[in-house]
Amino acid sequence: MAAADELKFQEFDDAANLLAATPDATTISIDEPAEIPKNQHSRLQEPGREEDDELLGTDDSDKTELLAGQKKSAPFWTFEYYQTFFDVDTYQVLDRIKGSVFPVPGKNFVRLYIRSNPDLYGPFWICATLVFTIAVSGNLSNFFIHLGKPTYHYVPEFRKVSIAATTIYAYAWLVPLALWGFLMWRNSKVMNIVSYSFLEIVCVYGYSLFIYIPTAILWIIPQKVVRWVLVVFSLCLSGSVLVMTFWPAVRDDNRRVALATVGTILLLHALLAVGCLAYFFDAPELDFPAPIIPAHNGTTVTIKSH
Amino acid sequence: FPGLADVSISQDIPVEGEITVPVGSHSPDEDYSTLDEPVRDTIMRDLKAVGKKFVHVMYPRKSSALLRDWDLWGPLVLCVSLALMLQGGSADSKDDGGPQFAEVFVIIWFGAVVITLNSKLLGGTISFFQSLCVLGYCVLPLTVAMLVCRLVLLAGAGTISFIIRLIVVMAMFGWSTLASTAFLADSQPPNRKALVVYPIFLFYFVISWMILTFTPQ
Repeated sequence: MAAADELKFQEFDDAANLLAATPDATTISIDEPAEIPKNQHSRLQEPGREEDDELLGTDDSDKTELLAGQKKSAPFWTFEYYQTFFDVDTYQVLDRIKGSVFPVPGKNFVRLYIRSNPDLYGPFWICATLVFTIAVSGNLSNFFIHLGKPTYHYVPEFRKVSIAATTIYAYAWLVPLALWGFLMWRNSKVMNIVSYSFLEIVCVYGYSLFIYIPTAILWIIPQKVVRWVLVVFSLCLSGSVLVMTFWPAVRDDNRRVALATVGTILLLHALLAVGCLAYFFDAPELDFPAPIIPAHNGTTVTIKSH
Repeated sequence: FPGLADVSISQDIPVEGEITVPVGSHSPDEDYSTLDEPVRDTIMRDLKAVGKKFVHVMYPRKSSALLRDWDLWGPLVLCVSLALMLQGGSADSKDDGGPQFAEVFVIIWFGAVVITLNSKLLGGTISFFQSLCVLGYCVLPLTVAMLVCRLVLLAGAGTISFIIRLIVVMAMFGWSTLASTAFLADSQPPNRKALVVYPIFLFYFVISWMILTFTPQ
């Protein structure tokens, strides 16, 4: 019977053959989203492009928005909830560090590297490394500066480690909290297209502190000019990453508020660098021969350089 | 009961005996009961376990003794002796001296806990106390380095003694890091090994720095 034939299992042809048989049939094609190329320099040369696209990355920002809602579904008292913040591989962490040190002009660090997968590994361990690097480098630098003096007795200055830890962890966690609160408040007044979650802001700040680690090691060199050049250089690099990240978030706001926000971000970043340099690293002293002044009672007085 | 009518019990078979079953001396529970043994046996068993783990740390092979039967006696002894040996530095008069006893203690235990949490959060399969045990036991080479440094400093505090101390501390730092990595790296997912090893490196580096910068009063 024909009905029995219709009920039998039939092999379906390939879609191309079927389309050739019935060319008028409607077809739906589902494409894989395009692979994201790491280097997007070619897009920068197209002047007609929207600035948003350049800053927001490729077209799969829709996909990342969808994914953002599916990530952290475990309740916050379980261990699995916190495991979602450490869901990074080695190469991802290295890529994010590279992105914070070599800022691509026009690219947003958060959209390019974080992509709705903020991690707490980078910020926490970069801050820990920075704390110990500053303490150790400061100690070494003071040791080399005061090396020849007979009255100098080396002390490890361990107190400064706890001070460094407090300062750096406070900067890396409280400033993002304040910034996030401020951006949320402005968001309620002005509709912004770009808004960041608290963890993404912590991530950006944490990774932007990475440049200070080699800077702190190079601050051992006891030359004032070298130290200040290093401060300016590292401030430019990490400051530009921060500015390029947060400028789209305040751009639509009142001009003065936007400029004040970005200016405050840069100012706090600079204060951290200069403050660490001033507190942990003694000033290199200038060496000039001490003049000898004959005093009234015949003994000679030597003026020490300070 | 008709079938029982044929049963007869002769009068000279005694129907008596004991109902209670005596607890024989060959029952297997007796071997594991440690309540009655001499105190020396109890202490020596734990000391031998700790000593065996010390040997495993100094010659790290892929043995699972450290991981399976973890204990925290060894780490406690090492931490206390290291913190004690780091005292007597130039901390008495000024405030900027070496680390206090409590600071060394907190750094070692808090650092080990943070590293363990880090490796578990990254998806490691090792248990919390096993990881603490391994990290604590691998402080042993650095404790030996501290002992050597104090002995060298008794002889003098010049440049040569500093070079000797530097070499010894660097060698022991490498040994500690390699030993703990040998025990801990297998339990990590393969593409995150470097993320787990780096904090261990930082931890032992900080301890080595404290040992190297120890200056007696």
